Amino acid sequence: MSNNAFIRIEHLYKTFSTQKEQIEVLKDINLEIEKGDIFGIVGFSGAGKSTLLRCINRLEEPDSGSVFVGEQEITALAHDELLAFRRKLGMIFQQFNLLDSRTVRGNVSFPLEVARLNRADIARRVDEILELVDLSDRISFFPGQLSGGQKQRVGIARALANDPVVLLSDEATSALDPQIALSVLDLLRSINEKLGLTIIVVTHQLEVVKYACRHIAVLEAGSIVEQGSVAQVLTNPTSDTMQVFVKVNSNLTAGALTEGSGI
Amino acid sequence: MIEVIKKVFTLDTWKVILPAIGDTLFMTVFTTVLMAIFGVLLGVALFLTQRDGLRPLRVFNAVFGAIINALRSLPSMVIIILTMPLAKLIVGKSWGPAAVIIALTLTCVPMFARMVESSFLEVPRGKVEAAKSIGARTWEIMFKVVLPESLPSLIRNFTIAIIAVISVTALAGFFGAGGLGDVAVRFGWNRFLTHMMVAAVLVLIVIVEFVQIGGDIWAKHVVRKRHL
Repeated sequence: MSNNAFIRIEHLYKTFSTQKEQIEVLKDINLEIEKGDIFGIVGFSGAGKSTLLRCINRLEEPDSGSVFVGEQEITALAHDELLAFRRKLGMIFQQFNLLDSRTVRGNVSFPLEVARLNRADIARRVDEILELVDLSDRISFFPGQLSGGQKQRVGIARALANDPVVLLSDEATSALDPQIALSVLDLLRSINEKLGLTIIVVTHQLEVVKYACRHIAVLEAGSIVEQGSVAQVLTNPTSDTMQVFVKVNSNLTAGALTEGSGI
Repeated sequence: MIEVIKKVFTLDTWKVILPAIGDTLFMTVFTTVLMAIFGVLLGVALFLTQRDGLRPLRVFNAVFGAIINALRSLPSMVIIILTMPLAKLIVGKSWGPAAVIIALTLTCVPMFARMVESSFLEVPRGKVEAAKSIGARTWEIMFKVVLPESLPSLIRNFTIAIIAVISVTALAGFFGAGGLGDVAVRFGWNRFLTHMMVAAVLVLIVIVEFVQIGGDIWAKHVVRKRHL
């Protein structure tokens, strides 16, 4: 294990029990993510990617193993410490999960209220962050008045409001139209560059990996079957998952080209 | 219809009906306030302590749920009779509008608690998770996410619950609680004064309509404000 890893996951196990059976969702996951990276966790549905992501902020409690972020062992934190840690961590979701009862301002304020900032600081920070996601003109709109892409940008603003050290993205672009998804990824990339924020992206879309990620880990039935830089993995995919991904993707590209050239 | 109303609501009718309206409103308002307070508190408790709730307490939830179900399965009439001694102890007499409020509250709180719980459960889990992901404390999730997000549904359930209160106050009339139910029974039924019965019923219908329409307007207002 190298020492410059910012996020370290060691021997992580997670089992879901239903009445009939026990499903091992994560089996001996070991992972290192560098500071400032955009790291993709890739796999088919049911591979355990979301569960892995949610173990990082313990929305899901792992059965065993440890997660380190910086110097802190997240898996060893007591409840109050965990809450404090989560305030330094942003998360965005496929379904946005905005509060319909609050305006854009209210939604972005929420994490700052939780972090007990005073009103003036909250107002200043909300203006600042909405500027960053280019939604200043929507500040007093309700989520019900926004498009999907705008909602996700509010989601990102909420996640970034309290200056997180890590941003977790759970299929954040999957519910969006392709070009809107692209603009959201652009935003994530520029945030990554501007703020040096470490971003972990769970996705089943190869485009997301190609467009935004620097390193990826491929999950298959709860185990990491492949990991490395995006270039490495895409040029020489060894896992079944990645081979299927790359094949489907190249077929699509070829198809699109054929169609586009009018043949 | 207008003919009937003219015939029914004579000056003599009003003399009986007006104080009865006062009694009915008194019982309804008091019971509703108590029901709102305790119903929401118990609803929060039920919601929080669920198996996959924010503060799971399985045994508490099971016992508590069982008590609420037991209370709900008792007919209101039985609750009224059972609480007579209690009313005597607290209010000093076992009859009259004030005495019956205890019984009415005991009838309506368990029902409203379940309604509140089910409104809370309608809030998408993702919103609660989003709040958790930013480190919100349980009370913040409860009061800044679950309650406001479920508000339109809460208002609708509250409206239904108030109407249930009104109908139980009418039933309580049987037990000397006063109010419109009392008028219907003592004058309309026992003394064969059909016009009294009709008057009491008409007034009850108007009150219930008012509550329902008011609740609808309130809920719609909230929904429209949020552009849902």
